[in-house]
Amino acid sequence: MEFRMTVEAAGAIWQREFIRYWRDKTRIISTMVQPLMFLAIFGTGLKSSLARGDFGLDFVQFMYPGIIAMSIMSVSFFSTISTVWDREFGFLKEILVAPISRVSITLGKILGAVTIASIQGFLLLVLAPVLKIRLHPLTFPYLLLFMIMVAFSLASLGLLIASLMKTTESFGLVMQLLIFPMFFVSGAFFPLTSVPRWMKWLAAVNPLTYGVDALRQILLFRQTPAEALYQVSLHPVSVDALFLLVFSVVIISLAALAFNKKN
Amino acid sequence: MEIIKVRNLVKRYNGLTAVDHISFSVEKGEIFGFLGPNGAGKTTTINILSTLLAPTQGEVYVNNFNVLTQKNQVRKSIGLVFQDPSLDDRLTAEENLYFHARLYHVSHSEYQKKKEEVLRLVELWDRRKDIVKTFSGGMKRRLEIARGLIHHPAVLFLDEPTLGLDPQTRSHLWDYILRLKAEKEMTIFMTTHYMNEADYCDRLIIIDYGKIVGFDTPANLKKAVGGDIIILGSPQPQQLKQELAQKYALAAKEENGTIMVEINNGKTFLPRLFEELQTQVTSVSLREPTLDDVFLHLTGRKIREEEATPLDRMRQHHFRRRR
Ligand SMILES: Nc1ncnc2c1ncn2[C@@H]1O[C@H](COP(=O)(O)OP(=O)(O)OP(=O)(O)O)[C@@H](O)[C@H]1O
Ligand SMILES: [Mg+2]
Repeated sequence: MEFRMTVEAAGAIWQREFIRYWRDKTRIISTMVQPLMFLAIFGTGLKSSLARGDFGLDFVQFMYPGIIAMSIMSVSFFSTISTVWDREFGFLKEILVAPISRVSITLGKILGAVTIASIQGFLLLVLAPVLKIRLHPLTFPYLLLFMIMVAFSLASLGLLIASLMKTTESFGLVMQLLIFPMFFVSGAFFPLTSVPRWMKWLAAVNPLTYGVDALRQILLFRQTPAEALYQVSLHPVSVDALFLLVFSVVIISLAALAFNKKN
Repeated sequence: MEIIKVRNLVKRYNGLTAVDHISFSVEKGEIFGFLGPNGAGKTTTINILSTLLAPTQGEVYVNNFNVLTQKNQVRKSIGLVFQDPSLDDRLTAEENLYFHARLYHVSHSEYQKKKEEVLRLVELWDRRKDIVKTFSGGMKRRLEIARGLIHHPAVLFLDEPTLGLDPQTRSHLWDYILRLKAEKEMTIFMTTHYMNEADYCDRLIIIDYGKIVGFDTPANLKKAVGGDIIILGSPQPQQLKQELAQKYALAAKEENGTIMVEINNGKTFLPRLFEELQTQVTSVSLREPTLDDVFLHLTGRKIREEEATPLDRMRQHHFRRRR
């Protein structure tokens, strides 16, 4: 009974997030256009200048999984901003005074962000043929699974930060500060196999690193020389999955605690 | 049966005492009012009763559940219309209600029935598919009230429910509130600074600077003022004043050429007065004391009927902090 109620309340919150997302067409379009811009500018720019020769991989193909992961990250983060808005615009009170557990609020919010982010990530797969990547149908479940895990870990992180922030401005600021380092030190632009130690450490605690690593191995499997792909990869896919899982569980618990404490 | 029990409730916000040792109880099925000026502590009290805010001190039971240790049961028992907006203005009216119904685990069939009932009540049935952003302030208010009724709570908290509503909607709303009370035995706890609305209450607390300064039925509170008020117009106000003092030992007050006296049983006194009075009188009016008079009587200040602007509120809050 208690469980069913938690699920129903989380479902209501999830649905609201989704409706809000769906109504905001500008946001949908801008979050779709952003990765395309990155691919076009960095991909072609870097390809023709820096990343020539001994790389063994097509640079745009190399970047593509990272762009998908980045898109998932920004959507996950951006979606959790609704928690801060709800507080500012008073809607949070309506949720807080309802007879539902704080856990169902946390879950509903995170699942909403995960759904939206995964859909956006999945939509970006339509670019694969353009980049001459052949998608085997069997890879779809794996891709989706990793997109969901990446979204989960980042949405939890977003909610944790949102629970600690008071205003939309401070949330936006912290997010700005986080997004770019997380993105650049994730292995999306350059392989992390031969970078300085400090960067390796940063990458090791960055959930995006594991997402990019896994997505790249799945997407480029049998598309590029196995040796070259192995060269730029960090961990076996199963290790990536394990990290993302543990990271999500830890952060989501912290987020639930922070949310509970604050409200 | 006492549905709300409050004992020795205190709430302090770093140094500022917003609620100062108040105790009261509310009977099931009554309309209970909280009347007081801006910053008196009305919203703070409601927030504590509805589990949104932890008290600094004191015990509070709603529907026999403790607001600190049995939050969920308290939340199930109550409905709330907040003073400040709390709708999702990117959803439609209907979606806002549906969201609420799901949070309160209202069954689908019950929701369908209730939805139409409450939306028709607040006259938003035709606008149910519209995004709330396109609503006027009064329409939003009405929607919030409709929302608070969807899950049929045992106690409905209304924090200045009629603020910003036109007189017609206001009186509709009151009809409905009175019907809720009569038909469904719903307990209603409301705050207001409209005196005429306080008159609808069965019992009333007058609160000022976090303290209870009056607690009774509106009628009894008015009685305490000292009877009716008679206002007489006369070309010779001084002479009239003297005559009233000599014949009836009445201390009359003169204000802009009219004479004002407070007296018990004004209705029976007036005919007698006109039989015996020598001084010429050109006009007369008799009124019963209003809650305004009560507030004035209890605190020595006038409560402001009009809505305070945010700036006013700020000034007042600053003023209070400095006292
Ligand atoms: N979160 C808060 N932090 C600090 N002080 C607060 C807070 N909320 C309210 N107060 C103070 O507590 C006092 C009571 O506020 P409250 O909102 O309960 O008044 P009210 O009776 O509802 O007034 P109004 O008629 O203006 O709504 C005010 O002096 C206010 O400044
Ligand atoms: Mg208030």
